[in-house]
Amino acid sequence: MNTKSLYQEVILDHNRKPRNYGILDNASHHAVGHNPLCGDRLDISLNLSGEHINHIAFHGESCAICKASASMMTAAVKGKTRADAEILIQEFRDMALGKLNLDGHHHLGRLTVFAGVRDLPTRVKCAILPWHTLHAALNSVTTTSTEVTDDSMHAPVDSAS
Amino acid sequence: MTPVESILKPQIVSAFDVERIRADFPILKLKVDGKPLIYLDSAASGQMPQPVIDRLVSYQTTQHANIHRAVHYLSEIATAEFESARRKLQHFINAREDREVIFTSGTTDAINLVMHGYGRKFIGAGDEIILTTLEHHSNIVPWQMLAEEKGAKIRVVPINDAGELLLDEYEQLFNEHTRFVSVMHVSNALGSINPIKQMIAFAHARGVPVLIDGAQAVPHMKIDVQDLDCDFYAFSGHKMCGPTGIGILYGKADLLEQMQPFKGGGDMILSVTFEKTIYNTIPQKFEAGTPPIAAAIGFGAAVDYLSEIGMEAIATHELALLNYATEQICRIPGVRIIGTASLKTAVLSFVVDGVHPHDIGTLLNQEGIAVRTGHHCAQPVMQYLKIPATSRASFAFYNNMAEVDTLVAGIRTAQNVFV
Repeated sequence: MNTKSLYQEVILDHNRKPRNYGILDNASHHAVGHNPLCGDRLDISLNLSGEHINHIAFHGESCAICKASASMMTAAVKGKTRADAEILIQEFRDMALGKLNLDGHHHLGRLTVFAGVRDLPTRVKCAILPWHTLHAALNSVTTTSTEVTDDSMHAPVDSAS
Repeated sequence: MTPVESILKPQIVSAFDVERIRADFPILKLKVDGKPLIYLDSAASGQMPQPVIDRLVSYQTTQHANIHRAVHYLSEIATAEFESARRKLQHFINAREDREVIFTSGTTDAINLVMHGYGRKFIGAGDEIILTTLEHHSNIVPWQMLAEEKGAKIRVVPINDAGELLLDEYEQLFNEHTRFVSVMHVSNALGSINPIKQMIAFAHARGVPVLIDGAQAVPHMKIDVQDLDCDFYAFSGHKMCGPTGIGILYGKADLLEQMQPFKGGGDMILSVTFEKTIYNTIPQKFEAGTPPIAAAIGFGAAVDYLSEIGMEAIATHELALLNYATEQICRIPGVRIIGTASLKTAVLSFVVDGVHPHDIGTLLNQEGIAVRTGHHCAQPVMQYLKIPATSRASFAFYNNMAEVDTLVAGIRTAQNVFV
């Protein structure tokens, strides 16, 4: 893949003007996600009303891919049920890891602009971190990391000097 | 210009022909996404010239057998070539004797060898080990493991905002508990060249031995371990035109002899019974098992190659690259160079306003430019500077000025994407 297609206008736009950016007061669920390999840190808070995600917000320090992914994720899951969000999380992870058939049935819609990361192993985690953190928040895990060993998103990233 | 200079100068210029050198490196002909590769990640790993590749092939095709064992033709020639490589490395760093040069799998392995061989025998509860803020994780973690095991304490030399060690603070860290100093010669993250000769002399005046992590120094300058008077000096083959999986621990013979072995196995013994094993003499005492013979011989060929060019000529060319790149990058608005020590190797760490280093790395890759992004295995440096990561362009003698221009254009292109 030409990496140019990763930095598409929609991604750049969400990086410049992230949606749902900030902190949610009185959040019912909250988690912080870390990528220790690059120092990225993402804070996600949300309010569940019954099974529905009524409000969601994120903030943190990250690269453009991670920030845009978080922004588009919050827009996508807002108003959805927890179960629907979990389906999106699974589909997004599968897409980033190259395991999803993009021509088949899925619910990702515009989120497929991130499909290009599957060809950039060192950037896969940047795109997945928000989803990983949302999954943790929904399951009442307050801190998580891209290096959690039982996680399917674990992909090798260089650590040479 | 004096008459003498006018005679000498053209010779110096013609002696170092970067385009002729580049022709020795087949990988530099590679294209990435249709663009010529601009390799600016030599601090992570250097590229290999054809003579070293050829040496690996000729060893593997005509000389390979296990060493120090059989009496047959191949074993004898492999042993002779392996020991010849050791002597090449000995001369390259001006060690007094070849038995002071131990083959390891790399710098990390060499530091771990000293931690186990020296540290676990001579450092105990309440003792103190001095490290610096600049250290690579490989010169922090082994000592933390030792400190935890023994109840010893780590003391850390601070730096200033330029990335220079604070020598006064270093000297104040010494007390009656100080047992060891381990410090890097050149910072991998920032390029700072540390005043190790002065630091070694200060430690020795207090009877404290010093290990130097030379992984980022040996590829770029002439190293003389006797002149430095360091007790240990560790470096890696793959950062200096050699293969991966091979490195050197230089140690003073009397210290190496006092140390306990690190790994047990074949070749490091004189005799074994279930009642008692007698260890071999140095260097074999520290070379258990079959070593990476081809890699060691390739390392020998690499220092032959570097010696032929001359480390002074390499240092001169790299300084010109550093100065030019520093000047050009400083001119880009919104770009800040991280690490501005007065003495530096050709390492340029930088941050770009509003653009994360990982995005810079991916966008530069799109232009065929290979840089490293991240914390460079030196998280304490990043914590001190209060930045999560940098982009790092690291130059070698096979880089040219045109590549600096491409880097500068690439940074500007990346900035434009985020405008």
